[in-house]
Amino acid sequence: MLKILQNLDRRWIFLLMFVAVAVPLIMGTTFPETPSAQVTAVFDAVDNLPDGSNIFMALDYDPASAGELQPMASAFTRHCALKKHNIYFMTLWPPGINMIQGSIDILNEEYPETYKGKYGTKYVNLGFRAGNEGVIKLVVEDLKKSYTTDIHGTNLDNIPLTKNLKNIQQVDLLANVSAGYPGSQEWVLYGSSPFDIPTVVGCTGVQAPIMLPYIPDQLTGMLAAIKGAAEYEQAIINHYPELAKNPKAKEGLVRMGPQLVAHVLLISLIALGNVIYFLERRQGTT
Amino acid sequence: MKQSTIIWTLLMVFGGLGLISVQLSKGKGEVYVREVPVEAKSSMEDSPEQIYRWSTYKQVSAKEKENPGVSFSFSRTLGLWVSALCTLAIFSFLYGDNPVYKFTEAVFVGVSAAYAMVVSFWTEIVTNLYAKLMPGLARITFFPDMDKKVEADLLYLIPLVLSVLLLWRLAPKGNWIARWPLAFFIGATAGIRLVSYLETDFIGQLQSTVMPFIVFSADGTLLWIKSLRNTVVVVGVLSCMVYFFFSVEHEGIIKYISRLGIWFLMVTFGASFAYTVMGRIALLSARLDFLFKDWLGI
Repeated sequence: MLKILQNLDRRWIFLLMFVAVAVPLIMGTTFPETPSAQVTAVFDAVDNLPDGSNIFMALDYDPASAGELQPMASAFTRHCALKKHNIYFMTLWPPGINMIQGSIDILNEEYPETYKGKYGTKYVNLGFRAGNEGVIKLVVEDLKKSYTTDIHGTNLDNIPLTKNLKNIQQVDLLANVSAGYPGSQEWVLYGSSPFDIPTVVGCTGVQAPIMLPYIPDQLTGMLAAIKGAAEYEQAIINHYPELAKNPKAKEGLVRMGPQLVAHVLLISLIALGNVIYFLERRQGTT
Repeated sequence: MKQSTIIWTLLMVFGGLGLISVQLSKGKGEVYVREVPVEAKSSMEDSPEQIYRWSTYKQVSAKEKENPGVSFSFSRTLGLWVSALCTLAIFSFLYGDNPVYKFTEAVFVGVSAAYAMVVSFWTEIVTNLYAKLMPGLARITFFPDMDKKVEADLLYLIPLVLSVLLLWRLAPKGNWIARWPLAFFIGATAGIRLVSYLETDFIGQLQSTVMPFIVFSADGTLLWIKSLRNTVVVVGVLSCMVYFFFSVEHEGIIKYISRLGIWFLMVTFGASFAYTVMGRIALLSARLDFLFKDWLGI
């Protein structure tokens, strides 16, 4: 048995992982989530604002990380829509334009009474701008120095939402969903921390340990990886039960089923690997 | 050929063929759309056409295919199949490096680079440079909504000149000229970053680490969880800093503090690894979700 395990083809482990993720996904297995303090801080930051507040939403990610971040972006959008907030979309990633369109589709299809046909008065899409942290510095100090038009080429002075907006220090909350550079850390470095703009972020698991030290003094709250997204979805459903009927609003919750089974498999494999190592050491083969 | 290789080859080939046959026999993997008419008013008063009409197409589920106004979309169905087959091609790397994987990887890199270039051209060169330098021409060509009072901003000649100098690198002679704009970019970026890092990552983090070891609530009760958390943060920061302090030999008390620092670092690396694993599984489940629901219709 030990010999078989020592020479096990790594592809059997890939197959096991495939089964561990696929089976709960097909069965639609979900588990109850309890929002953590960090997620509750994010929820409160959006929910405690008066209806119709101004939210600046920077969606800095691409399709490659959409699996992890799309549930967060959708949850942010739905939560803002439930509160009838005004939303300013922008991105520092070229493929982020499509991600913004996904959020705009949610506004138009799920909340037509508030957002359909209200482009410019309830939401605006500033699109992509190259320049990484340089763009953040500009929009924080003088929005129109960086953006003179929206994504459609309409002058910002002709759009009701942006007409009197000098910079994003005037917005009530900055929400960022990010997959890397430029992203959450840059928004904190050049936006929220020096200018005390209330900021919440949703980021990938890889970024989460980097962002943790900024909480709570320089960052209000963070949704870390798919777990953060699932907890945020649960927090929204707890306060707005009507959302429980919308399967699209449970994207993160559905993805937590495969997470649990895959993690159990991974922990078992790590334990098994260690057992094999100690058995080898006892036999003197290493 | 090894026995395991034969098993895996059969598994991949028959698995792939099985998936495709399930698709073809069940008629899944088809995309249906509903036409949504759009009407918009012209923003220009002197425009010969005041109302513009066009259609957008919204994807609907296959159950609605018999409904009026719903039609089969060949282009979106093709996109779905390309997307599914590209996903399987990338997954094939798990079996081993192969030409199909390499081809798909090359397509992905090429498409991503081209997409970023096109988006940057239209949002930067056209919107941010051309429209600023030649607003009159920009109004006639791409931006009819642009205010007629807008005048050319000659300050944008500076980035234009710098960009041209940067491209000078490709010229057969005088490619040293490209170093000047490069020096400007490096200097400006370093300056911008230095100030922010000092303010947020250095001063800000120092402020966040200055915290009381023992915390009491307003009514004088000891908040022991908060006290413990603060103590762990301060001890962790100090011991990790001692580990990276190489000016004194790690002997005696310094040795034990730096060892404690190693333990904190190990816990941090473990947490980072666990977060990364969670992220990768989330990406895998998203791709499988796409294959099972959107493509196979399970």
